[in-house]
Amino acid sequence: MGLRRVSEAGRRAAPAVFIALCLLLGGPARAAEKEPGPGEEYGRSHTRNMTADHSKFEALKQEFQSAPEVTRACLSCHTEAASQIQKTIHWTWLCPADPKEELGKAGLVVNNFCISIHDNEPRCTSCHIGYGWKDKTFDFTAQDRVDCLICHEQTGTYEKFPTKAGFPVSEPTKFSGNGKMYYPPDYRKVAQSVGRPTRRNCGVCHFFGGGGEGVKHGDLDASMFKPNKALDVHMNVGGENFNCTRCHTTEKHAISGRCYKTPAAEDRRTLLDSDVIKRITCYSCHTETPHDPGVKANDHTDKVACQTCHIPRFARVNSTKMRWDWSTAGRKDENGKPIVKKDDGRPVYHTKKGSFVWEKNVVPEYRWFNGVIRNVLLTEKIDPGKQVELNYPVGSHDDPEARIYPFKRHEGRQPYDKVHKTMVAPKLFGPKGSGAYWARYDWKTAIEKGMDYTGLPFSGEFDFVETAYYFQTTHMVAPEKEALSCNECHSEGGRLVNLAGFYMPGRDSHKVLDIAGWGATVAALIAVFFHGLGRLVTRRNRR
Amino acid sequence: MDMNECKMERIYLYTRFERFWHWVQAGIVVLLGITGFEIHGTYELLGFQRAVEWHNTLGITWLVLYAFIIFWHLTTGQWKHYVPTTRMLFHVALYYMIGIFRGEPHPVPKSERFKHNPLQRLTYLGISVLLIPFQMATGLLYYTYNSWPGMGLEDLELGLLAGLHMAGAFALLVFLVVHIYMTTTGHSVTAHIRAMCTGWEEVPAGEGAGE
Repeated sequence: MGLRRVSEAGRRAAPAVFIALCLLLGGPARAAEKEPGPGEEYGRSHTRNMTADHSKFEALKQEFQSAPEVTRACLSCHTEAASQIQKTIHWTWLCPADPKEELGKAGLVVNNFCISIHDNEPRCTSCHIGYGWKDKTFDFTAQDRVDCLICHEQTGTYEKFPTKAGFPVSEPTKFSGNGKMYYPPDYRKVAQSVGRPTRRNCGVCHFFGGGGEGVKHGDLDASMFKPNKALDVHMNVGGENFNCTRCHTTEKHAISGRCYKTPAAEDRRTLLDSDVIKRITCYSCHTETPHDPGVKANDHTDKVACQTCHIPRFARVNSTKMRWDWSTAGRKDENGKPIVKKDDGRPVYHTKKGSFVWEKNVVPEYRWFNGVIRNVLLTEKIDPGKQVELNYPVGSHDDPEARIYPFKRHEGRQPYDKVHKTMVAPKLFGPKGSGAYWARYDWKTAIEKGMDYTGLPFSGEFDFVETAYYFQTTHMVAPEKEALSCNECHSEGGRLVNLAGFYMPGRDSHKVLDIAGWGATVAALIAVFFHGLGRLVTRRNRR
Repeated sequence: MDMNECKMERIYLYTRFERFWHWVQAGIVVLLGITGFEIHGTYELLGFQRAVEWHNTLGITWLVLYAFIIFWHLTTGQWKHYVPTTRMLFHVALYYMIGIFRGEPHPVPKSERFKHNPLQRLTYLGISVLLIPFQMATGLLYYTYNSWPGMGLEDLELGLLAGLHMAGAFALLVFLVVHIYMTTTGHSVTAHIRAMCTGWEEVPAGEGAGE
């Protein structure tokens, strides 16, 4: 409602602005249809707020030989930047709200993609905002190890090599994993281009999580670089063209968002209450009663997240990985060569990784969720008799902070320790002779190596267990007309069929009452039928 | 019936407002039933959202109409026709069980003083002071579900309330079946319905109208 009021004022002022612009440009202005401005293809730029031109800085007019040199140049002006970023999860890969430092990729969590980063760093940390995290000896306090460019450069030419622990290449190099050539960056040009992060800066890592495009999140993939309105109403290139930080409000390099045990926001204020809140939730801009007065959906916002109705399906343009079965990995063709099978452009079998299932336009899973996700740690006992939920949303109908949220539920089959009944972290990546699974195709050695590195026990006996992993679905907000109709949930066998513990009209009924009610109705019909028949017959007889 | 194909006389029983409220209420009840059972998940017709919107509007409309109906009964003295009595109750019951098949005359023919027989009085009283208010109360509570905490009703279970409202709905449905059937028991199949449309009921001459 507040937004409406603001936009109304804007609308009233619009003709005046339009005329002024026409006069200024000396002719009719360009068509009202919004086209992304220069440099705005990946999100509306912040350039209008910039007061510095980085190409004019002496510090950036050097012939840089390496990436850390650029960082030192950045830090010569931005003195606090490195110490700020080094406190964030982007740097530590640990949940800042967990004093035990167990939660996070660098902690003891395990997923059902590449399972764990431990002893696999050089591959995984190609998406770390640093240089050189190749093993646990990495110095997390070294300021020149921070990679400023990956988030801030705007040329689109700066790339980190997939297996170099976050470094770009220094010589043109081909990556055998995807056959792509990587070139050394023109550091000077790249450094002078810096600006605030766009969707491209965030997307080069977050759209490729899990080692490939569309693997992890069902609502974040390469289609989100330049989404149209049908895919995402906010990031729509022809419309609002939001970049990520438009909602992920950032303070001192700390980018707001959910992390393991902490909800994205516990603050339920809106921009009308305070203009300096984090805009991370829907209601921070839209309020908790965003629909027209009297619309029932306004009454739902205390129990149903906006995303539930407004993201009817995820992976609407590109498919996303829904299942990863490690137990089938290791098969080779008759010549002893690794096999890669593709279907519809996506790998469905890979000797190194096993079998995959991809799906497009996926209906989410729905769960009560209060913003906290629990993770099964590598040290925790599991029950291999059933599917292990490696992480799971916390919340229930009776939790006032919980709402029904949509999730991508990724299923997997991966190794575990049969004796200790724990999940395991195998060493997957490494050169020949390292014992890595991708070098030797021997699970036992790979698990021994990985667990030894992580400092955790391994009995030597392993098997494969079914797992599941949840991702909150919150991007790819669809246009209004695509929002779910009431029937989608308020019906027997509807989308919320699995959510128990509460009565929902249209979905639930009291079976006994229904039987009694319909029984009584049918009995009444039979009674009046025979009563009427009796009258008819006796009347005829009397004649 | 047949034996009474003697003289009939017409008496004016149902005034304009009475006919109005009866038929409007009938329409509302039927539409509430149609939309209500859809909301319950029995079938899909309008779609859940429109069914809910119609059901809410109809429910509130009925509430307003009902206030007028009660006011009319109280101010016109028509409430007297609903004062329960056991006198002749047994005879009427017996008539519908046995006498009606033998062609016997109705033990309590309609008249200006007795618009309803004792069985009707009891049924209508029960419906209008128990079942309908019960249905309205449970319906209103259902409607105000989101305000329960403010009303001090945090502990009320929606499932329980929905069950009660459904039970009321089934009771009304059973009433509707029997009520519609009973309209056929006049001197002709459509006599009672016609009377409720025109206001004029035909009764055997000299039986009811005379004091």
